[in-house]
Amino acid sequence: MLGITEGSMAVAEAVRLCRPQVVSAYPITPQTHIVEALAEMVANGKLDADYITVESEFSALSACIGASAAGSRAYSATTSQGLALMYEVCFNVAGMRLPIVMTIANRAMGAPLSIWNDQQDSISLRDAGWMQFYAEDNQEATDLHYIAYKVAENQKVLLPAMVCFDGFILSHTYEPVDMLSQEDADKYLPKFAPSERLDAADPVSFGMYATPEYYLEFRYETDKALKDAKSVIRAAGAEFGKMFGRDYSAMVEGYQLDDAETVIVAMGSLCGTVKDTIDEMRKEGKKVGLLKIRVFRPFPTEDVAAALKGAKRVAVLDKNISLGAKGATALEVKDALYGSTIPVYDYVLGLGGRDVRKKDIREVVALAEQGKGNQFIGLRKEVL
Amino acid sequence: MALAVGCRARPGKGRDNKTGSWRVFKPIFDHNLCSKCGTCQVICPEGCITEDAEGFFDPDYAYCKGCGMCAEECPKKAIEMKQEEK
Repeated sequence: MLGITEGSMAVAEAVRLCRPQVVSAYPITPQTHIVEALAEMVANGKLDADYITVESEFSALSACIGASAAGSRAYSATTSQGLALMYEVCFNVAGMRLPIVMTIANRAMGAPLSIWNDQQDSISLRDAGWMQFYAEDNQEATDLHYIAYKVAENQKVLLPAMVCFDGFILSHTYEPVDMLSQEDADKYLPKFAPSERLDAADPVSFGMYATPEYYLEFRYETDKALKDAKSVIRAAGAEFGKMFGRDYSAMVEGYQLDDAETVIVAMGSLCGTVKDTIDEMRKEGKKVGLLKIRVFRPFPTEDVAAALKGAKRVAVLDKNISLGAKGATALEVKDALYGSTIPVYDYVLGLGGRDVRKKDIREVVALAEQGKGNQFIGLRKEVL
Repeated sequence: MALAVGCRARPGKGRDNKTGSWRVFKPIFDHNLCSKCGTCQVICPEGCITEDAEGFFDPDYAYCKGCGMCAEECPKKAIEMKQEEK
């Protein structure tokens, strides 16, 4: 059913339709609306789940570990410093192979304290073994939750997933969102039925220690499961498209890509601004295109390489930076194009809530045409 | 042993966890020098040294961590710690 909904409310509603049995979260801006809404649904009997209130994000995700290991579908949501506080727990979730889904309302990392949007928080956890989906708009943000659970709980995968959507830009924006019915959601996402769970009558421990003869192999298997998840993600996205008309089988999506000379690579809500700029520039005869990355982990290296093979140059936008190196997406794209002669230029922009405007995208294209990368876009030189 | 997904394990005994891989130095027992006094068995913190039918003592290398206390205490210097290549 189509309705105009605030992004957070749409996500909360989608989570309700996924029927989590345990929700544990700690409120933090700009994620708060989601977990407030879920708490209300539980209190009003609209969601049959245990809502565990905790004293920190560390405990929130830890409670989800217990719930998931006991065989429940578990959910949490957080952002920024809250996600950083979950750092240790995130690695444990993946190592124990628990299919927890967590929404990240992307926000900058302090210091300096900033409640505004960029993608540094989840990007900094890219090595934790979680799948990472990035949404362009609130429709995609809601749909990705069903897909995330479906893939995470697949016996071939058994790994957690973060559904990342830009804080404020999406979380606090009212947009039309087509919501599934409970019946449709149930049809797409059957009950969580793990083959092994915590049970006093049949005891088992999760995440035991591994001596040096075994640890390397455990890491290999987790990495393999995450890489193998690519085919499961494609299949789950295709099935979603078949059932509801919105196809998410592609891990990367092209826009005006076919004859594009300059291809911009971007993630999240930024893609909307880039598409609008491309529309304008196309009218002016500029052959510019976009490659949107929807899934950052597992990284669709082959898809990126295939999509960019006809480009004259590639300009990668990052709302994050691996300080001392480059934006994370730029590093991945350079890896994907290693051995090709296509130049890849990297740009960091939109950090800590700085608006990214169409003129910034135009500047990126101009810089790429001049062969200039490795830049921050929109720097206010007068304050430096 | 094949890996269990998520490093999951059923309840078991401490003996299920073989600790021999922790060893850097391996104690080699020379029965020609041994006086069968049993000090090594008494001193072994792992409790992995047993007496055979002839009264000689030998460690179970599946559990011996290579601490070297047996070699240090042996009055006959019949135990030599040798670096182990793995």
